[in-house]
Amino acid sequence: MTDFIDAFRTALGLIVTLNPDLVEILLLSLKVSLVAVVIASLLGFAIGGALAVYRFPGRSAVSAGLSALMGLPPVVAGLVVYLLLSNVGPLGVLQLLYTPTAMIIAQVVLVTPIIGALTRQACEDLLEEYDEQLRSLGASPSAIVTTLLWDGRYRLITAVLAGFGRAIAEVGAVMIVGGNIDHVTRTMTTAIALETSKGNIALALALGIVLLTIALAVNASLLWVQRFANRLAYA
Amino acid sequence: MLDPTSPLKDFGDHLASPPLPVELKGLVYDTGGKRVINDANATIRSRRITGIMGPNGAGKSILLRLMHGLILPTNGEILWAGRQMDRAIGHQQAMVFQRPVLLRRSVAANVAHALGLRGIKRDKRAICVDEALRLAGLERHAAMPARVLSGGEQQRLCLARALSLEPNVLFLDEPTSSLDPASTLAIERLLLDAQRRGIKVILVTHDIGQARRLADDVMFLHHGRVLEHQDAQNFFDHPRSPELRAFLSGGLVL
Repeated sequence: MTDFIDAFRTALGLIVTLNPDLVEILLLSLKVSLVAVVIASLLGFAIGGALAVYRFPGRSAVSAGLSALMGLPPVVAGLVVYLLLSNVGPLGVLQLLYTPTAMIIAQVVLVTPIIGALTRQACEDLLEEYDEQLRSLGASPSAIVTTLLWDGRYRLITAVLAGFGRAIAEVGAVMIVGGNIDHVTRTMTTAIALETSKGNIALALALGIVLLTIALAVNASLLWVQRFANRLAYA
Repeated sequence: MLDPTSPLKDFGDHLASPPLPVELKGLVYDTGGKRVINDANATIRSRRITGIMGPNGAGKSILLRLMHGLILPTNGEILWAGRQMDRAIGHQQAMVFQRPVLLRRSVAANVAHALGLRGIKRDKRAICVDEALRLAGLERHAAMPARVLSGGEQQRLCLARALSLEPNVLFLDEPTSSLDPASTLAIERLLLDAQRRGIKVILVTHDIGQARRLADDVMFLHHGRVLEHQDAQNFFDHPRSPELRAFLSGGLVL
Protein backbone atom coordinates (compact mmCIF):
# COMPACT_ATOMS: atom_id res chain seq x y z
CA MET A 1 0.00 0.00 0.00
CA THR A 2 2.81 2.44 0.83
CA ASP A 3 4.32 1.63 -2.57
CA PHE A 4 1.12 2.69 -4.15
CA ILE A 5 0.96 5.92 -2.18
CA ASP A 6 4.59 6.67 -3.11
CA ALA A 7 3.81 6.02 -6.76
CA PHE A 8 0.79 8.27 -6.55
CA ARG A 9 2.90 11.03 -4.98
CA THR A 10 5.56 10.67 -7.68
CA ALA A 11 2.84 10.73 -10.32
CA LEU A 12 1.42 14.01 -9.03
CA GLY A 13 4.98 15.34 -8.96
CA LEU A 14 5.44 14.46 -12.63
CA ILE A 15 2.26 16.31 -13.51
CA VAL A 16 2.91 19.38 -11.38
CA THR A 17 6.51 19.76 -12.61
CA LEU A 18 5.42 19.21 -16.21
CA ASN A 19 7.80 16.31 -16.68
CA PRO A 20 9.12 16.55 -20.27
CA ASP A 21 8.48 12.87 -21.08
CA LEU A 22 4.92 13.16 -19.85
CA VAL A 23 4.29 16.38 -21.74
CA GLU A 24 5.75 14.96 -24.95
CA ILE A 25 3.51 11.90 -24.72
CA LEU A 26 0.46 14.02 -23.88
CA LEU A 27 1.03 16.39 -26.79
CA LEU A 28 1.50 13.57 -29.27
CA SER A 29 -1.70 11.90 -28.04
CA LEU A 30 -3.65 15.13 -28.34
CA LYS A 31 -2.22 15.85 -31.78
CA VAL A 32 -3.04 12.40 -33.16
CA SER A 33 -6.55 12.28 -31.74
CA LEU A 34 -7.46 15.88 -32.56
CA VAL A 35 -6.30 15.61 -36.16
CA ALA A 36 -8.08 12.25 -36.48
CA VAL A 37 -11.30 13.69 -35.07
CA VAL A 38 -11.21 16.72 -37.37
CA ILE A 39 -10.85 14.47 -40.42
CA ALA A 40 -13.42 11.99 -39.10
CA SER A 41 -15.85 14.85 -38.43
CA LEU A 42 -15.66 16.15 -41.99
CA LEU A 43 -16.15 12.62 -43.34
CA GLY A 44 -18.83 11.76 -40.78
CA PHE A 45 -20.88 14.91 -41.38
CA ALA A 46 -20.84 14.37 -45.13
CA ILE A 47 -21.66 10.66 -44.90
CA GLY A 48 -24.29 11.05 -42.17
CA GLY A 49 -25.99 14.02 -43.83
CA ALA A 50 -26.08 12.32 -47.22
CA LEU A 51 -27.45 9.07 -45.75
CA ALA A 52 -30.26 10.99 -44.08
CA VAL A 53 -31.36 12.86 -47.20
CA TYR A 54 -30.49 10.98 -50.39
CA ARG A 55 -32.50 7.92 -51.41
CA PHE A 56 -30.55 5.20 -53.20
CA PRO A 57 -30.61 1.40 -53.31
CA GLY A 58 -28.82 -0.15 -50.37
CA ARG A 59 -29.21 2.96 -48.27
CA SER A 60 -30.58 1.18 -45.21
CA ALA A 61 -27.85 -1.46 -45.46
CA VAL A 62 -25.19 1.26 -45.50
CA SER A 63 -26.84 2.98 -42.53
CA ALA A 64 -27.01 -0.29 -40.59
CA GLY A 65 -23.39 -1.06 -41.46
CA LEU A 66 -22.27 2.37 -40.29
CA SER A 67 -24.11 1.96 -36.99
CA ALA A 68 -22.60 -1.50 -36.52
CA LEU A 69 -19.11 -0.08 -37.11
CA MET A 70 -19.64 2.25 -34.16
CA GLY A 71 -18.67 -0.72 -32.04
CA LEU A 72 -15.61 -1.59 -34.13
CA PRO A 73 -12.94 -2.95 -31.74
CA PRO A 74 -9.88 -0.65 -31.89
CA VAL A 75 -7.52 -3.59 -32.39
CA VAL A 76 -9.48 -4.59 -35.49
CA ALA A 77 -9.31 -1.05 -36.88
CA GLY A 78 -5.57 -1.15 -36.13
CA LEU A 79 -5.21 -4.51 -37.83
CA VAL A 80 -7.01 -3.34 -40.98
CA VAL A 81 -4.89 -0.22 -41.26
CA TYR A 82 -1.77 -2.26 -40.50
CA LEU A 83 -2.53 -4.60 -43.40
CA LEU A 84 -3.12 -1.64 -45.71
CA LEU A 85 0.09 0.14 -44.71
CA SER A 86 2.45 -2.82 -44.26
CA ASN A 87 5.17 -3.30 -46.83
CA VAL A 88 3.18 -5.95 -48.67
CA GLY A 89 -0.07 -3.98 -48.37
CA PRO A 90 -1.62 -1.80 -51.11
CA LEU A 91 -0.40 1.40 -49.45
CA GLY A 92 2.97 -0.03 -48.39
CA VAL A 93 4.94 2.24 -50.72
CA LEU A 94 3.91 5.24 -48.62
CA GLN A 95 6.06 3.88 -45.74
CA LEU A 96 3.61 5.16 -43.17
CA LEU A 97 3.63 2.27 -40.72
CA TYR A 98 4.90 3.22 -37.23
CA THR A 99 4.41 6.93 -37.81
CA PRO A 100 1.93 9.35 -36.20
CA THR A 101 0.23 9.54 -39.60
CA ALA A 102 -0.55 5.83 -39.42
CA MET A 103 -2.06 6.34 -35.97
CA ILE A 104 -4.19 9.19 -37.29
CA ILE A 105 -5.43 7.00 -40.15
CA ALA A 106 -6.32 4.19 -37.73
CA GLN A 107 -8.22 6.55 -35.47
CA VAL A 108 -10.06 8.07 -38.44
CA VAL A 109 -11.21 4.55 -39.33
CA LEU A 110 -12.31 4.04 -35.74
CA VAL A 111 -14.08 7.37 -35.20
CA THR A 112 -15.69 8.13 -38.59
CA PRO A 113 -18.47 5.54 -38.11
CA ILE A 114 -19.26 6.98 -34.68
CA ILE A 115 -19.58 10.55 -35.91
CA GLY A 116 -21.23 9.42 -39.16
CA ALA A 117 -23.91 7.30 -37.50
CA LEU A 118 -24.70 9.93 -34.85
CA THR A 119 -24.88 12.60 -37.58
CA ARG A 120 -27.25 10.48 -39.66
CA GLN A 121 -29.53 9.96 -36.68
CA ALA A 122 -29.54 13.67 -35.82
CA CYS A 123 -30.28 14.66 -39.42
CA GLU A 124 -33.03 12.06 -39.84
CA ASP A 125 -34.76 13.28 -36.70
CA LEU A 126 -34.65 16.85 -37.98
CA LEU A 127 -35.72 15.88 -41.48
CA GLU A 128 -38.89 14.31 -40.17
CA GLU A 129 -39.88 17.72 -38.88
CA TYR A 130 -38.45 19.87 -41.69
CA ASP A 131 -38.99 17.83 -44.86
CA GLU A 132 -42.20 19.37 -46.19
CA GLN A 133 -41.27 22.87 -45.12
CA LEU A 134 -37.88 22.70 -46.83
CA ARG A 135 -39.33 21.22 -50.00
CA SER A 136 -42.02 23.91 -49.94
CA LEU A 137 -39.21 26.48 -49.82
CA GLY A 138 -37.69 24.84 -52.89
CA ALA A 139 -34.57 23.42 -51.22
CA SER A 140 -32.40 21.10 -53.30
CA PRO A 141 -31.19 17.87 -51.65
CA SER A 142 -27.74 19.34 -51.04
CA ALA A 143 -29.29 22.47 -49.51
CA ILE A 144 -31.37 20.20 -47.29
CA VAL A 145 -28.20 18.42 -46.12
CA THR A 146 -26.45 21.66 -45.18
CA THR A 147 -29.59 22.99 -43.49
CA LEU A 148 -29.89 19.83 -41.39
CA LEU A 149 -26.19 19.82 -40.49
CA TRP A 150 -26.37 23.41 -39.28
CA ASP A 151 -29.63 22.93 -37.40
CA GLY A 152 -28.26 19.77 -35.83
CA ARG A 153 -25.06 21.54 -34.80
CA TYR A 154 -25.44 20.91 -31.07
CA ARG A 155 -25.99 17.22 -31.62
CA LEU A 156 -23.04 17.17 -34.00
CA ILE A 157 -20.86 18.77 -31.34
CA THR A 158 -21.79 15.98 -28.95
CA ALA A 159 -21.01 13.45 -31.69
CA VAL A 160 -17.57 15.00 -32.17
CA LEU A 161 -16.93 14.95 -28.43
CA ALA A 162 -17.98 11.32 -28.26
CA GLY A 163 -15.60 10.56 -31.12
CA PHE A 164 -12.76 12.40 -29.40
CA GLY A 165 -13.43 10.56 -26.15
CA ARG A 166 -13.20 7.29 -28.02
CA ALA A 167 -10.00 8.26 -29.89
CA ILE A 168 -8.02 9.63 -26.96
CA ALA A 169 -8.80 6.60 -24.78
CA GLU A 170 -8.26 3.74 -27.23
CA VAL A 171 -5.07 1.75 -27.14
CA GLY A 172 -5.44 -1.11 -29.63
CA ALA A 173 -5.33 0.81 -32.91
CA VAL A 174 -2.45 3.16 -32.13
CA MET A 175 -0.46 0.32 -30.57
CA ILE A 176 -0.66 -1.86 -33.68
CA VAL A 177 0.04 0.78 -36.33
CA GLY A 178 2.18 3.09 -34.20
CA GLY A 179 4.29 0.50 -32.43
CA ASN A 180 4.69 2.58 -29.23
CA ILE A 181 8.13 3.86 -30.25
CA ASP A 182 9.65 6.19 -27.67
CA HIS A 183 9.63 9.87 -28.79
CA VAL A 184 7.92 8.92 -32.06
CA THR A 185 4.62 7.11 -31.60
CA ARG A 186 4.24 6.78 -27.84
CA THR A 187 0.82 7.97 -26.74
CA MET A 188 -0.74 8.12 -23.30
CA THR A 189 -2.56 4.83 -23.64
CA THR A 190 0.33 2.87 -25.15
CA ALA A 191 2.69 4.35 -22.57
CA ILE A 192 0.38 3.35 -19.73
CA ALA A 193 0.27 -0.20 -21.07
CA LEU A 194 4.06 -0.38 -21.40
CA GLU A 195 5.04 1.38 -18.16
CA THR A 196 2.62 -0.72 -16.16
CA SER A 197 4.07 -3.94 -17.50
CA LYS A 198 7.58 -2.59 -16.83
CA GLY A 199 6.62 -1.85 -13.24
CA ASN A 200 7.05 1.93 -13.68
CA ILE A 201 3.76 2.63 -11.97
CA ALA A 202 4.44 6.33 -11.33
CA LEU A 203 4.53 7.44 -14.96
CA ALA A 204 1.62 5.12 -15.85
CA LEU A 205 -0.40 6.56 -13.00
CA ALA A 206 0.46 10.15 -13.93
CA LEU A 207 -0.65 9.52 -17.51
CA GLY A 208 -3.76 7.76 -16.20
CA ILE A 209 -4.69 10.80 -14.13
CA VAL A 210 -4.23 13.10 -17.11
CA LEU A 211 -6.29 10.80 -19.32
CA LEU A 212 -9.04 10.58 -16.75
CA THR A 213 -9.09 14.37 -16.45
CA ILE A 214 -9.48 14.68 -20.23
CA ALA A 215 -12.29 12.12 -20.24
CA LEU A 216 -14.09 13.97 -17.45
CA ALA A 217 -13.64 17.28 -19.26
CA VAL A 218 -15.10 15.80 -22.44
CA ASN A 219 -18.12 14.50 -20.57
CA ALA A 220 -18.61 17.76 -18.75
CA SER A 221 -18.59 19.63 -22.06
CA LEU A 222 -21.14 17.15 -23.43
CA LEU A 223 -23.51 17.99 -20.60
CA TRP A 224 -22.85 21.69 -20.97
CA VAL A 225 -23.53 21.66 -24.73
CA GLN A 226 -26.81 19.80 -24.20
CA ARG A 227 -27.93 22.19 -21.51
CA PHE A 228 -27.05 25.19 -23.65
CA ALA A 229 -28.96 23.80 -26.62
CA ASN A 230 -31.99 23.05 -24.47
CA ARG A 231 -32.07 26.59 -23.19
CA LEU A 232 -32.30 27.94 -26.73
CA ALA A 233 -34.88 25.28 -27.63
CA TYR A 234 -32.40 24.13 -30.28
CA ALA A 235 -31.97 20.60 -28.93
CA MET B 1 -43.60 45.76 -64.06
CA LEU B 2 -41.49 43.73 -61.70
CA ASP B 3 -39.74 40.63 -62.87
CA PRO B 4 -41.89 37.87 -61.37
CA THR B 5 -38.85 35.98 -60.12
CA SER B 6 -37.21 38.98 -58.52
CA PRO B 7 -36.85 39.30 -54.77
CA LEU B 8 -39.33 41.52 -53.09
CA LYS B 9 -38.29 45.04 -53.81
CA ASP B 10 -41.17 46.77 -52.24
CA PHE B 11 -43.79 45.08 -50.16
CA GLY B 12 -46.35 47.67 -51.10
CA ASP B 13 -46.95 47.09 -54.75
CA HIS B 14 -47.04 43.84 -56.51
CA LEU B 15 -45.99 41.56 -58.54
CA ALA B 16 -46.73 38.75 -60.91
CA SER B 17 -50.39 37.87 -60.80
CA PRO B 18 -51.27 34.33 -59.75
CA PRO B 19 -51.71 31.76 -62.54
CA LEU B 20 -55.48 31.41 -62.44
CA PRO B 21 -57.75 29.59 -62.79
CA VAL B 22 -56.64 26.54 -60.82
CA GLU B 23 -58.31 23.49 -62.24
CA LEU B 24 -58.58 20.18 -60.40
CA LYS B 25 -59.41 17.50 -62.94
CA GLY B 26 -60.38 14.02 -61.81
CA LEU B 27 -57.89 14.23 -59.01
CA VAL B 28 -57.16 10.95 -57.19
CA TYR B 29 -54.67 10.30 -54.42
CA ASP B 30 -54.08 6.95 -52.75
CA THR B 31 -51.97 6.42 -49.70
CA GLY B 32 -51.58 3.40 -47.45
CA GLY B 33 -54.14 1.48 -49.52
CA LYS B 34 -56.73 4.18 -48.94
CA ARG B 35 -58.22 6.57 -51.48
CA VAL B 36 -57.97 9.95 -49.73
CA ILE B 37 -58.79 12.08 -52.73
CA ASN B 38 -61.44 10.46 -54.87
CA ASP B 39 -62.15 12.14 -58.19
CA ALA B 40 -61.99 15.74 -57.01
CA ASN B 41 -63.02 18.32 -59.60
CA ALA B 42 -63.13 22.08 -59.18
CA THR B 43 -62.11 25.32 -60.80
CA ILE B 44 -60.93 28.19 -58.64
CA ARG B 45 -61.28 31.52 -60.42
CA SER B 46 -61.40 33.91 -57.49
CA ARG B 47 -58.32 36.11 -57.06
CA ARG B 48 -59.10 36.50 -53.42
CA ILE B 49 -59.15 34.08 -50.50
CA THR B 50 -60.44 30.58 -51.18
CA GLY B 51 -61.48 28.51 -48.18
CA ILE B 52 -61.38 24.73 -48.07
CA MET B 53 -63.59 23.16 -45.43
CA GLY B 54 -64.70 19.70 -44.51
CA PRO B 55 -64.77 17.17 -41.69
CA ASN B 56 -61.62 15.48 -40.42
CA GLY B 57 -60.17 13.04 -42.90
CA ALA B 58 -61.97 14.62 -45.83
CA GLY B 59 -58.59 15.09 -47.53
CA LYS B 60 -58.18 18.85 -47.06
CA SER B 61 -54.50 18.79 -46.09
CA ILE B 62 -53.73 16.27 -48.85
CA LEU B 63 -55.48 18.44 -51.42
CA LEU B 64 -53.40 21.41 -50.35
CA ARG B 65 -50.17 19.39 -50.64
CA LEU B 66 -51.20 18.16 -54.08
CA MET B 67 -51.86 21.70 -55.24
CA HIS B 68 -48.52 22.85 -53.85
CA GLY B 69 -46.71 19.94 -55.51
CA LEU B 70 -45.38 18.42 -52.30
CA ILE B 71 -46.99 15.14 -53.33
CA LEU B 72 -47.97 13.86 -56.75
CA PRO B 73 -51.50 12.75 -57.63
CA THR B 74 -52.14 9.07 -58.26
CA ASN B 75 -54.40 10.12 -61.08
CA GLY B 76 -55.83 13.25 -62.63
CA GLU B 77 -54.19 16.62 -62.88
CA ILE B 78 -53.95 20.12 -61.51
CA LEU B 79 -53.64 22.96 -63.98
CA TRP B 80 -52.48 26.47 -63.16
CA ALA B 81 -53.74 28.78 -65.91
CA GLY B 82 -53.77 25.71 -68.13
CA ARG B 83 -50.22 24.64 -67.22
CA GLN B 84 -49.14 21.56 -65.35
CA MET B 85 -47.44 22.18 -62.04
CA ASP B 86 -43.68 22.57 -62.44
CA ARG B 87 -40.72 23.98 -60.58
CA ALA B 88 -41.28 27.50 -61.84
CA ILE B 89 -44.87 27.52 -60.61
CA GLY B 90 -43.78 25.96 -57.31
CA HIS B 91 -41.21 28.70 -56.87
CA GLN B 92 -44.01 31.25 -56.93
CA GLN B 93 -45.88 29.50 -54.14
CA ALA B 94 -45.44 29.30 -50.41
CA MET B 95 -47.10 27.31 -47.67
CA VAL B 96 -47.76 27.69 -43.96
CA PHE B 97 -48.31 24.44 -42.09
CA GLN B 98 -50.66 23.65 -39.25
CA ARG B 99 -47.80 23.26 -36.79
CA PRO B 100 -45.17 25.97 -37.23
CA VAL B 101 -41.96 24.49 -38.60
CA LEU B 102 -39.14 26.74 -37.47
CA LEU B 103 -35.45 26.21 -37.92
CA ARG B 104 -33.17 26.08 -34.90
CA ARG B 105 -31.93 29.56 -35.64
CA SER B 106 -32.81 33.11 -34.79
CA VAL B 107 -36.09 34.69 -35.90
CA ALA B 108 -34.26 36.74 -38.54
CA ALA B 109 -32.21 33.76 -39.73
CA ASN B 110 -35.39 31.77 -40.32
CA VAL B 111 -36.54 34.32 -42.87
CA ALA B 112 -33.05 34.85 -44.29
CA HIS B 113 -32.51 31.14 -44.86
CA ALA B 114 -35.81 30.78 -46.71
CA LEU B 115 -34.79 33.67 -48.98
CA GLY B 116 -31.41 32.02 -49.50
CA LEU B 117 -33.06 28.75 -50.53
CA ARG B 118 -35.04 30.68 -53.13
CA GLY B 119 -31.78 32.02 -54.51
CA ILE B 120 -31.97 35.58 -53.26
CA LYS B 121 -28.55 37.15 -52.94
CA ARG B 122 -27.11 37.68 -49.50
CA ASP B 123 -26.92 41.47 -49.69
CA LYS B 124 -30.59 41.76 -50.59
CA ARG B 125 -31.77 39.47 -47.84
CA ALA B 126 -31.31 41.85 -44.91
CA ILE B 127 -33.81 44.38 -46.25
CA CYS B 128 -36.35 41.66 -47.03
CA VAL B 129 -35.93 40.18 -43.55
CA ASP B 130 -36.46 43.53 -41.85
CA GLU B 131 -39.52 44.22 -43.94
CA ALA B 132 -41.04 40.78 -43.31
CA LEU B 133 -40.49 41.00 -39.56
CA ARG B 134 -41.88 44.52 -39.41
CA LEU B 135 -44.99 43.41 -41.25
CA ALA B 136 -45.53 40.59 -38.76
CA GLY B 137 -44.70 42.78 -35.76
CA LEU B 138 -41.72 40.63 -34.84
CA GLU B 139 -38.89 43.10 -35.42
CA ARG B 140 -38.11 43.31 -31.70
CA HIS B 141 -37.55 39.55 -31.63
CA ALA B 142 -35.24 39.42 -34.65
CA ALA B 143 -32.24 38.10 -32.73
CA MET B 144 -34.17 35.68 -30.50
CA PRO B 145 -34.07 31.92 -31.03
CA ALA B 146 -37.19 31.27 -33.11
CA ARG B 147 -38.31 28.29 -31.11
CA VAL B 148 -38.68 30.15 -27.83
CA LEU B 149 -41.38 32.41 -29.32
CA SER B 150 -44.97 31.86 -28.23
CA GLY B 151 -47.21 29.69 -30.41
CA GLY B 152 -48.90 32.70 -31.96
CA GLU B 153 -45.60 34.43 -32.66
CA GLN B 154 -44.17 31.26 -34.18
CA GLN B 155 -47.07 30.98 -36.61
CA ARG B 156 -46.80 34.69 -37.42
CA LEU B 157 -43.12 34.15 -38.17
CA CYS B 158 -43.99 31.23 -40.47
CA LEU B 159 -46.44 33.47 -42.29
CA ALA B 160 -43.93 36.32 -42.45
CA ARG B 161 -41.34 33.93 -43.84
CA ALA B 162 -43.77 32.68 -46.47
CA LEU B 163 -44.74 36.24 -47.43
CA SER B 164 -41.10 37.35 -47.64
CA LEU B 165 -40.78 35.02 -50.63
CA GLU B 166 -43.32 37.17 -52.45
CA PRO B 167 -45.41 34.21 -53.56
CA ASN B 168 -48.30 34.71 -55.90
CA VAL B 169 -50.11 31.78 -54.31
CA LEU B 170 -50.06 31.16 -50.57
CA PHE B 171 -51.38 27.93 -49.03
CA LEU B 172 -52.30 27.66 -45.37
CA ASP B 173 -53.23 24.46 -43.59
CA GLU B 174 -55.35 25.35 -40.56
CA PRO B 175 -52.85 28.01 -39.50
CA THR B 176 -54.80 29.19 -36.47
CA SER B 177 -56.20 25.90 -35.18
CA SER B 178 -54.18 26.04 -31.96
CA LEU B 179 -54.00 29.80 -31.50
CA ASP B 180 -55.83 32.16 -29.16
CA PRO B 181 -58.20 34.80 -30.60
CA ALA B 182 -55.65 37.62 -30.54
CA SER B 183 -53.08 35.58 -32.43
CA THR B 184 -55.76 34.38 -34.85
CA LEU B 185 -56.77 37.97 -35.53
CA ALA B 186 -53.15 38.93 -36.23
CA ILE B 187 -52.84 36.09 -38.74
CA GLU B 188 -56.15 36.98 -40.41
CA ARG B 189 -55.08 40.61 -40.79
CA LEU B 190 -51.88 39.52 -42.47
CA LEU B 191 -53.87 37.29 -44.82
CA LEU B 192 -56.29 40.04 -45.80
CA ASP B 193 -53.32 42.32 -46.33
CA ALA B 194 -51.62 39.71 -48.51
CA GLN B 195 -54.79 39.27 -50.55
CA ARG B 196 -55.00 43.02 -51.07
CA ARG B 197 -51.49 42.95 -52.50
CA GLY B 198 -52.59 40.41 -55.08
CA ILE B 199 -51.54 37.16 -53.46
CA LYS B 200 -53.93 34.31 -54.09
CA VAL B 201 -54.63 32.72 -50.68
CA ILE B 202 -55.91 29.15 -50.38
CA LEU B 203 -56.80 28.36 -46.81
CA VAL B 204 -57.85 25.12 -45.17
CA THR B 205 -59.84 25.92 -42.08
CA HIS B 206 -62.02 24.19 -39.58
CA ASP B 207 -63.36 27.43 -38.28
CA ILE B 208 -66.65 28.45 -39.92
CA GLY B 209 -66.32 31.95 -38.51
CA GLN B 210 -62.89 32.33 -40.04
CA ALA B 211 -64.09 31.17 -43.45
CA ARG B 212 -66.98 33.67 -43.25
CA ARG B 213 -64.59 36.47 -42.29
CA LEU B 214 -61.98 35.77 -44.94
CA ALA B 215 -63.14 33.66 -47.82
CA ASP B 216 -64.42 34.85 -51.16
CA ASP B 217 -65.33 31.34 -52.25
CA VAL B 218 -65.46 28.12 -50.27
CA MET B 219 -64.96 24.50 -51.22
CA PHE B 220 -66.53 21.70 -49.20
CA LEU B 221 -64.56 18.49 -49.24
CA HIS B 222 -66.16 15.24 -48.17
CA HIS B 223 -64.62 11.76 -48.45
CA GLY B 224 -62.06 13.11 -50.90
CA ARG B 225 -64.62 14.72 -53.23
CA VAL B 226 -65.42 18.35 -53.79
CA LEU B 227 -69.08 18.24 -52.76
CA GLU B 228 -69.71 21.96 -53.12
CA HIS B 229 -67.81 24.96 -54.32
CA GLN B 230 -69.55 28.32 -54.32
CA ASP B 231 -69.05 31.94 -53.41
CA ALA B 232 -68.96 32.36 -49.66
CA GLN B 233 -72.43 33.85 -49.28
CA ASN B 234 -74.20 31.03 -51.08
CA PHE B 235 -71.97 28.48 -49.43
CA PHE B 236 -73.04 29.52 -45.97
CA ASP B 237 -76.59 30.70 -46.65
CA HIS B 238 -77.76 28.22 -49.26
CA PRO B 239 -75.87 24.98 -48.85
CA ARG B 240 -77.16 22.43 -51.34
CA SER B 241 -75.99 19.11 -49.98
CA PRO B 242 -77.29 17.58 -46.76
CA GLU B 243 -73.66 16.94 -45.73
CA LEU B 244 -72.77 20.61 -45.89
CA ARG B 245 -75.99 21.59 -44.16
CA ALA B 246 -75.14 19.19 -41.34
CA PHE B 247 -71.54 20.48 -41.24
CA LEU B 248 -72.61 24.11 -41.04
CA SER B 249 -75.27 23.49 -38.41
CA GLY B 250 -72.62 21.88 -36.23
CA GLY B 251 -73.98 18.39 -36.70
CA LEU B 252 -71.68 15.44 -37.01
CA VAL B 253 -70.84 14.73 -40.61
CA LEU B 254 -69.79 11.16 -41.28
